[in-house]
Amino acid sequence: MTAPATRDLSPSAAAIELDGLTRHFGSLRAVDGVSLAVQQGSRHAVIGPNGAGKSTLFAMIAGTLPATAGRVALHGEDVTAMPEHRRAMQGLVRTFQHSSLFLRCTALENVALAVQRQQGTQWSMVRPLRRRRAVLERSHELLEGIGLADRSEALAGALSHGERRQLEVAVALGTDPSVLLLDEPAAGMSAAETARFKQMVLELPREITVMLVEHDLDLVFGLAEQVTVMHLGQHLLTGTPSEVRASEDVQQAYLGAEDTSDLFPQEAR
Amino acid sequence: MLDWFDTNLVSMVDGVAYGLLLFTLAVGLSLVFGMMDVLNLAHGSLYLVGAFAAYALSDGSWLGFALALAVGVAAGVLGGGVLAAMTAPLSTRGHLDQAALTLGVSLIAAELMVMVFGAEVLPTQPPDALGGSASILGHRYPVYRLVFIGVAGLLAAAVYLAFERSSLGALVRATVADRDMVRAMGVDTRKVLFGVFAFGAGLAALGGALGAPILAPGPGVDENVLVLSLVVVVIGGLGSVQGALLGALVIGQVQTLGVALLPTYAPFLLFGAMLVVLAWRPQGLSSLVSRS
Amino acid sequence: MRRQVGYALALAALLAVPWVIGPYAVATVSRILVFAVLAMSVNLLTGITGLPTLGQSAYFGVGAYTGALTAIHLTDLGPAQVVIAALAGAVAAALTGPVAVRARGVPFLMITLAIGEIAYSAAGRLDTITRGTDGLSGIPPVVAAPGLAPTVNEGLVYYYVLAVFLVLFAVIALLLRSPLGLTLRGLRDNEARLTAVGYHTTRYALAAYVIAGAIAGAAGSLWASAQRFVAPGDLGFEVAALALLAVIIGGVGSMWGACLGAAVVILTRDYIGGNLSGHGPLLLGVLFVLAVYLLPRGISGGVRQWRRPGAKREVAA
Repeated sequence: MTAPATRDLSPSAAAIELDGLTRHFGSLRAVDGVSLAVQQGSRHAVIGPNGAGKSTLFAMIAGTLPATAGRVALHGEDVTAMPEHRRAMQGLVRTFQHSSLFLRCTALENVALAVQRQQGTQWSMVRPLRRRRAVLERSHELLEGIGLADRSEALAGALSHGERRQLEVAVALGTDPSVLLLDEPAAGMSAAETARFKQMVLELPREITVMLVEHDLDLVFGLAEQVTVMHLGQHLLTGTPSEVRASEDVQQAYLGAEDTSDLFPQEAR
Repeated sequence: MLDWFDTNLVSMVDGVAYGLLLFTLAVGLSLVFGMMDVLNLAHGSLYLVGAFAAYALSDGSWLGFALALAVGVAAGVLGGGVLAAMTAPLSTRGHLDQAALTLGVSLIAAELMVMVFGAEVLPTQPPDALGGSASILGHRYPVYRLVFIGVAGLLAAAVYLAFERSSLGALVRATVADRDMVRAMGVDTRKVLFGVFAFGAGLAALGGALGAPILAPGPGVDENVLVLSLVVVVIGGLGSVQGALLGALVIGQVQTLGVALLPTYAPFLLFGAMLVVLAWRPQGLSSLVSRS
Repeated sequence: MRRQVGYALALAALLAVPWVIGPYAVATVSRILVFAVLAMSVNLLTGITGLPTLGQSAYFGVGAYTGALTAIHLTDLGPAQVVIAALAGAVAAALTGPVAVRARGVPFLMITLAIGEIAYSAAGRLDTITRGTDGLSGIPPVVAAPGLAPTVNEGLVYYYVLAVFLVLFAVIALLLRSPLGLTLRGLRDNEARLTAVGYHTTRYALAAYVIAGAIAGAAGSLWASAQRFVAPGDLGFEVAALALLAVIIGGVGSMWGACLGAAVVILTRDYIGGNLSGHGPLLLGVLFVLAVYLLPRGISGGVRQWRRPGAKREVAA
């Protein structure tokens, strides 16, 4: 149910490696030859102006969208041809930009769906879920971890926006991932919710590599160790937050020249 | 080889006639579904409206025939309008409710028609001038069917051209592709949808009136017609006129030539055809002829 | 707590039926119970897994003919007939399911409709097996359990049907509370998400399809035992449509709702329709139109659905 023998989890190995990843929609090049390596255990953000191709890139890494060209490797294993559900079972899990939950199931059931798959009991037809302690305990644990333990019996559809975004992450964690892709997790969140969310991500174990696409630059520079900037489908620059902040190319891409001294927050991590 | 064609010529011609008839029925269903996401299970009733009009009014003369066509189409358009109005409040509620509603309407319509016309299938005669049979390549063939192929073929061509070449057709195609975009351009998409619904219904009723001598009206015929239309729409691809035409011609041949060649497997041919097409092209045959 | 009381009352009422009403009415209630099982199989696909279907009548038919032929040629032991018929339904569903299950929503609905129609026409044509449009008669009365006499009394037939109904209801209830039940609900609510957490969703859709086929097959066997006659008219579009409508009236997703909806449909068509000089279908049509407008959540939606204007039915078809 977990890692294949070939998974290379040494700290220096790349968790995700992209080689010339490309996606065409007709004549539109949404993602154009992006090559990138994400270190095992790192917190890696992908930013860029609207239309830069960030979400498309994520979709290709997760397998939701097939690539037109290029390669995706997970812990050294080529997964380009692997369908999304199998990538999830190999430890590569994503969340969605627009809240994507099982709205008519309770918060607990939402997480349980991921956990039961990971534990291999999803086919079971006889013993009720209510009495499956392994699944329930792990699900409760995950809900506690994101601070939703008291909302476990609430329907996902009844949760607030911020709670739903947190639940999304809990569901993804239920699969016991080694690589977590967060697609605009803070979208629509208030400042308080964002702060809580940031804390939660900071507390995630180092065994999990975290990649996130975000527009909220406060969150990005507060979390990320490496930042990749994309522009018009292409990889512009990857570097530490300060390198990215200082780069003129990046500033041009966001604003098209001009003074950008107040664009990037100077707050140190 | 020539021999085989010779023996089966009648079936194949029948298949073309049947296919064109199915096209007039299916194209409205496909557009309404592709465009409005509305599942109209009362579509078979629209066929019956036209067919019963032909039965009641067509007395062998050209005048009677013309009257039958006019009344049939008018009734069909009216029916389409009513259905569009009834399903409009359900647009946010999903297909299950539309299915239930339109099924309910079809039950009511079917029963009303039985009350008026009785519970038997009513064979309908074509206009006297087109009765009788002609000799084609050594086979005798009903004149009306040949004329029907011509007329229905012209009709299919006209619908296709209107859809592909006219600006109204462009508007319809745009609404199928992206309704919100069209609405953002300031077009009242409800009027477009209403129009397409009424048009599709009128066409189905016209198909019924023209096709009554081939497929006579009676209880259960609406079900038959609905199922065949749905199969045509599924294998043709939703929202596509060319797809509907291709699909209809394929199903027409399956139901005539196919049944003639493999009578014991007749019920399974339809399913088999659907299986083959969907396995080969899951979005339907329209993807073979489509632009993008 | 309220639910438990409701079930207890319903059970008591069901048990009392043959003591309270005459044999013709009892036969009608038997028919309602059989139809309720069919409605539950539709609900499993439509309400729980999110796959709207008009084809369950095909597997009902397979089960009915299989049950009848088993009774005639093999054994008159009821439970054996039910099991064999359920297996036949499952096999038929496994053979035809893969085509349907690649689609979702309306295309799925249309494919199941075609399957239903094809089963209907096959039943009419395969005369050597089904005796075609004449129908299959001469079905011996069912033996409810080893050692019992063949049940001829209408009331005893009813109790046999009721017993099997209760067993199937319990089985379905178990399934719904199980991990697989949650998986199916996840499929209904958000298939993309389910895929993203590692489920090969088509497999589970097929599983639901096969299980529903088995349940419909079991219902078919009960039908053959109760009616002692099976004909092509027992499958086909009208049956499939009525079953789907029963589920919608009862409230999509609710099993007891589906059973109640089945009762409403059968009573309207056979009982009230019979009193109105046979215009049952007309009344049914009106009933469905009214139900769609007035009861957006079905009977199981309760009074709550009228408090919120514009209440939406949430099944993603």
